[in-house]
Amino acid sequence: MADLANILAVGILLGGTYALVSVGLNLIFGVIRVVNFAQGEFVMLGMYGAYAAYAVLGLDPAVALLVVLPALFVLGAALQRLVLARLRTEPTMQIFATFGLLMLIENAVLAATRGTAYSVPSAVAQASLSVGGVQVGASRLLALAAATLAAAGLGLFLRRTMLGRAIRAVAQDSAAARLMGVDVERIYWLTFGIGTALAGLAGCLLAPIYSLSPQIGTSFILPAFAVVVLGGLGSVLGAYVGGFIVGLTEAFAGYYLDPALKHAVLFAVFIGVLIVRPSGLFGQVGAEEVGLREQS
Amino acid sequence: MSTILTVEGVTAGYGDATVLFDVSCTVAAGEIVAVVGANGAGKTTLLSAIAGLVPARAGRITFRGEDITGRPAHWRPGHGLALVAEGGRLFPFMTVEENLLLGAYAPRGRAILKERLEEVMAVFPILRERREQAAGKLSGGERQMVAIARALMCRPDLLMLDEPSVGLSPLMVGRVFEIVERLARRDGLTVILVEQNVTEALAVADRAYVLDHGHITRAGAAAVLRGEREIQEAYMGV
Ligand SMILES: Nc1ncnc2c1ncn2[C@@H]1O[C@H](COP(=O)(O)OP(=O)(O)OP(=O)(O)O)[C@@H](O)[C@H]1O
Ligand SMILES: [Mg+2]
Repeated sequence: MADLANILAVGILLGGTYALVSVGLNLIFGVIRVVNFAQGEFVMLGMYGAYAAYAVLGLDPAVALLVVLPALFVLGAALQRLVLARLRTEPTMQIFATFGLLMLIENAVLAATRGTAYSVPSAVAQASLSVGGVQVGASRLLALAAATLAAAGLGLFLRRTMLGRAIRAVAQDSAAARLMGVDVERIYWLTFGIGTALAGLAGCLLAPIYSLSPQIGTSFILPAFAVVVLGGLGSVLGAYVGGFIVGLTEAFAGYYLDPALKHAVLFAVFIGVLIVRPSGLFGQVGAEEVGLREQS
Repeated sequence: MSTILTVEGVTAGYGDATVLFDVSCTVAAGEIVAVVGANGAGKTTLLSAIAGLVPARAGRITFRGEDITGRPAHWRPGHGLALVAEGGRLFPFMTVEENLLLGAYAPRGRAILKERLEEVMAVFPILRERREQAAGKLSGGERQMVAIARALMCRPDLLMLDEPSVGLSPLMVGRVFEIVERLARRDGLTVILVEQNVTEALAVADRAYVLDHGHITRAGAAAVLRGEREIQEAYMGV
């Protein structure tokens, strides 16, 4: 029983991490229709941002958020305007461009740090709590709480504000959104900025848990793709729930089968779901954000 | 009557294909102007060019005395020019109310949002009943009503309608034309009406243009065109 509780806890906490990384990825996909391979790199940049804030200013990662989030928002918005917007008529090229960004950012950080592995101490994160006899790391708990808050906040923003509705309108029918007076290009860079900032949030909160390396982005982007496909492309709720499905799958497969097999099992489930339900487990929910219309 | 819209020598198309050739037309404030023509004649492209969705490669579009040729599409609804696109183009996964709210996205609409919502619901009582329903689940007639109501949210000066009667039952077609006529005659709205339903369109319009393979081939009072043998044979199934 204690084992099961432990595995559940590990799976849920890991799920919170994945959810946090995936929500932004899915928002970007839903609205701009870009599969952003560089999303993991933004998580990595968030981690290094947290490290820099600690090393230079002595800030705790939880405080560094206040600097790192706006910085990543600006970076994302700028990349959309300067790079992706220019490839608007070539959707396939946009995908290659995000892959190029992945390589560029990774190697730039590698060159800048000379490959030194950093770690970020955090007073908040070192603590661990005991919940019903299960040890729970405070950083993971924080990531879980942040993922929940971010998904809920984003959902409210998208549903209740005029700007949020405009973002959903662009996702469902961008030409019709223009006819409503929505500046679609502006919505694109805003969305990319928000998605990037969410990755930065994940990076800050996860910095104390991982040993930082320039390649770490890749280890987030693969599960994140599994999350968005499982949860339903384009859906914020789908990405949130999908995070837990992936986290729990990994935890159970790692415990009952073999830790080395957990990713193999995860992607077997991923392909299985794709074949049975191409629109993802929450296909309806996904469609709600993305819309089904041809974009023009 | 004062001219509200002038299209002068507009050429437009997609990629390498040219669809509109040197098209010119004018619309006076308060009138209903019909644009008729066969499938693929370029009617939708003409409205798209006026709405800014398709760039004019040559020529000039003037709205209320201002050259708007280079203005982006999203500038227009906030300045009195609205288009109800073919099929209505509602946001299918949003409720009727959210669709209407988006119609008021421009500052011009936000300023009058509350009263305007009541006004359009008075014009289309069905919207009040369907308020919370997903737009994608509406019937064709209801969808067209919402699309027109949404375009009215910013209280436009010029409303362009692209085949509002397509796919509707004869009863609904009558309803839609009735409303369009009322908006123009009673509220002073200027309307450009693109229609395949030529008989009905010429019955409500003041003037009409005939578009054929991207050229304006005929223009005149709707009552006159309605009586012409060529028009009747080509477009009215007589
Ligand atoms: N997005 C597009 N890309 C390329 N060609 C297009 C596009 N839209 C329309 N066309 C072409 O332009 C021509 C005119 O099309 P348009 O839609 O303006 O005609 P229409 O008069 O509105 O026809 P219908 O009565 O069928 O709606 C057609 O030959 C059509 O194939
Ligand atoms: Mg058409």
